[in-house]
Formats: sequence, C-alpha cells, structure tokens
Amino acid sequence: MRRLAANETADFTCKELVEVASDYLEERLSASERRRLEEHLGECEGCTTYLEQMRRTIRLIGDLREEHVSREAYEGLIVAFRTWKQAT
Amino acid sequence: MSPAGPRQGEALSPATASPEELRLIEGLQRREERAFTELVNRYNAGLTRLALTFVRSRAVAEEVVQETWLGVLNGIDRFEGRSSVRTWIFRILTNVAKTRAVREDRSVPFTDLESETEEGPLLDPSRFVGQGERWEGHWQWFPGPWGEPEERLLASEARGVIEDAIAALPPGQRAVITLRDIEGWDADETCNALELSETNQRVLLHRARTKVRLALEIYLEDAPLGRQRNS
Repeated sequence: MRRLAANETADFTCKELVEVASDYLEERLSASERRRLEEHLGECEGCTTYLEQMRRTIRLIGDLREEHVSREAYEGLIVAFRTWKQAT
Repeated sequence: MSPAGPRQGEALSPATASPEELRLIEGLQRREERAFTELVNRYNAGLTRLALTFVRSRAVAEEVVQETWLGVLNGIDRFEGRSSVRTWIFRILTNVAKTRAVREDRSVPFTDLESETEEGPLLDPSRFVGQGERWEGHWQWFPGPWGEPEERLLASEARGVIEDAIAALPPGQRAVITLRDIEGWDADETCNALELSETNQRVLLHRARTKVRLALEIYLEDAPLGRQRNS
C-alpha cells in the first residue's frame, strides 16, 4: 500500500496541479486557488519537482531565441527596400 | 548584426508604440534605410520562426517573411502607432501566412487556430492514483529528477529535443509558445498578433508547455519512472 506523509493534503490533487501549472506560473489563478495550490506544494515533493521542471522547461525554450538574419535574406530585403524607396 | 532585440521592450505596454519604435517608424516613413535594417535585425528571426508554424518548408517561410516586409513597407505611411510596431508587423505576417497556408492546402488550416482544441489528458492517467482509491489524483510516482546541469543541457541534444517537441505541436500551440516563451512576449500582445482570445491563448500555452516538459522528461529522467512512492 501507499505510504504518505500524515500531513499530505487531500483536497488539492497532483493531477489538478498539472492542469493549472502554467496558469499558476502566469499568475492567472484566483487568490483562493493559489492558496490551495501553494498549501499542496508545501507538502508534495512530486509537485514541487514538477513545477520546477516546468520553470526550467520555459527557461530552456527561451534559449532557442535567435537574432541571426542570413546574409542572403538580408540582401534580398535591402534590394526590396531600395526598389520600394524609388517607387514611392 | 546584434540588435538590442525585442526583449528589452517587454515592459512596454503592447497597446501603443514606444518612443523608440516611433523613431524607427518615422525613419522608415522618411525612407531611411537604417530604420528598415534595424527593424529587420530585430524581428526577422522571430518572424521566420513564427512563419514556420504555418507553412511546411523553410523556403516558403522565408517567402512569407519577405512578403511581410513588403507589406510593412507598403503600409508604413498609414501606420499611426496605435499598436506596438512588432504587434503590427507580426499581424501582417499572420495574415500573409494564413493566405499562404490556404493556398498550400495545409492539413490543418491556419484559420482553425482559434478553435484548435484537443481532448484528453496531457500526461498518462496511469501516472496518478486511480478513481475510488485512497489518494485519488495524486502522483503514483513522483516525477524523476533531471540530473543534467543546464549549461551542459544547452550544448547537448536537449535543444534538439525541445525544437522537435515544438515542431510536433499543432499550429496554434506552436504559434503561442513561439511568441510567449521563445520571443518572450506577454499574453496580451500574443493574443493581438495571433488574433486569439485570452482564454484560448492560455489553454494553448498550457498544452504546449506541458508537452515540451514531457519531451524533456523522457529525454532526461535518470530513472524512467522516477522515484517510486509505492512500497
């Protein structure tokens, strides 16, 4: 049988946390929902890990951002600009 | 080419153009090439990434982006700064991409983005204690630890894992996560550029993030099932 800490909250489930994890990070939960979630977090190692992994995922996704413009595309756009400038 | 980048504009209200943006717009209205190249440096990569959400190939995406810039040039004299410049530019892209996706006869037309709904749980239900049991809805097993330090992660295949996971998302989810988490936009501006309701934006973002996290989990977990809680 499962063994759980005596103080583990039963009213907010891990399944619910997974469903609202992004809304929680976006600060879109109501004050009472947030309180229930945070009470749960205080007692659930699994959900603490889950949320931390979600934060880490978001950070890693942010690292995909690039600034690079290929020379070919850039030159094509400059030609387009000059053509437009002459025509207008 | 290393522009300041739109991340610096994040704190700005997306509702109107910032003074910095207005300077670029006015420059472009005066036909200054430098204003144009600065806009290109800032937004071209993000535009290409978003375009790839809606069309099949990189070549077509680049055409869509080129067409977007022509739309910017042709519309610049009428731009009044009532929205942020990047919202305006990305909206042009969205419309160009829509037209193009329809022409390309994509299996998931762009116009379905707002109504894009998927049913079903994102995580395998067996990860939670089943109905009627004690601790129903709680983890059957905790998610396992991700051991790799982030620096190493980035240099490794994890980047590819994330790219692939995002590429596999339905268009709406992919567009939203691209603007929110790659480009770093806020929710309002994302809704504006993609013509999405706030609720839909949240749902699409949630589903997209959950799937990308899951892809990383599969790749990274030390032990496939995590630390077992049952004993």
